[in-house]
Amino acid sequence: MTALLTAGKEYVAVMRLHEPVDEERVREVMAEFVGTIYQRPPLRSSVKRRVRKRRIYYLDVLEVDGQDVLFRVGCEAGVYVRKICFDVGEVLGCGAHMRELRRTRAGPFVEDECATMHDLVEAVMAWREDGDERLIRNVVKPMEKALDHLPKIYIRDSAVDAVCHGAHLAAPGVLSVETGITPGGLVAVMTQKGEAVALAKALMTSEQIVEAQHGLVAKTERVLMPRGVYPRMWRTRG
Amino acid sequence: MLVVVLEAPWMVRRELLVKAEEGTNPAYGCEPESRPIETYIEFGVAAIDKPPGPTSHEVTAWVKRILGVRRAGHGGTLGTP
Repeated sequence: MTALLTAGKEYVAVMRLHEPVDEERVREVMAEFVGTIYQRPPLRSSVKRRVRKRRIYYLDVLEVDGQDVLFRVGCEAGVYVRKICFDVGEVLGCGAHMRELRRTRAGPFVEDECATMHDLVEAVMAWREDGDERLIRNVVKPMEKALDHLPKIYIRDSAVDAVCHGAHLAAPGVLSVETGITPGGLVAVMTQKGEAVALAKALMTSEQIVEAQHGLVAKTERVLMPRGVYPRMWRTRG
Repeated sequence: MLVVVLEAPWMVRRELLVKAEEGTNPAYGCEPESRPIETYIEFGVAAIDKPPGPTSHEVTAWVKRILGVRRAGHGGTLGTP
């Protein structure tokens, strides 16, 4: 899902400095990279190499061992940690490169909640051979989990099937709205039972959606629920 | 020392603003956690710690075969080194 590709990420990385540097100086320089930075993707990348503005949410230097620096960084999608290491090296003057990288978070998915291929196989075996669903329901999560990081709009049963057919979301269909929604922002449209109906682009803020009595509040972008799960309670216009 | 300047999206605490209250008919739909296992898997998502070596496409194909699902996509990996 593209909603995941654009979600924030967290990485743990090892940066190798090309010369010994005082630890305090390393921490001082790395702290400068928190906030909004500018990055041009490296030569070996799959995107267009133009300078982009990106947000670094946090940066935690975990350990400095000689010329190796272990750190954790939380950032917007599309940030090259490799470039951060290179740029830190430039600022320090000695040069640096990224030695190792591990992604520890992608949107709502964190490292410790991941399953290995072995976990998956074991879980499927327990299910198919012993009828035990416990493990498989732990490895596989409802798709709604992939939308944890998005603000939600909960709608009436009567509005669900229309949205499943691609209709945009209108004010009367809304029951409740999570805070933090901004116009143009991605939202998850949900049923009262917590099922994902569709991804939509909000047309107004959370508060405005609550206040609105008529008109569209969000434009349906990607339908997730099959048609017919909820009964048809709409007619075509005209 | 942790330097946090911006709130990461997963740190955002949201509140629910209630516009109206209405029940939901148990005859339609199903709470995600309660879906029967085949449907649960078909409309499920798995976060796999991919071993280095095989490509994400290969791993996705294996997962599809092991779970017996017809369609599966992947949501991204580390990409080119």
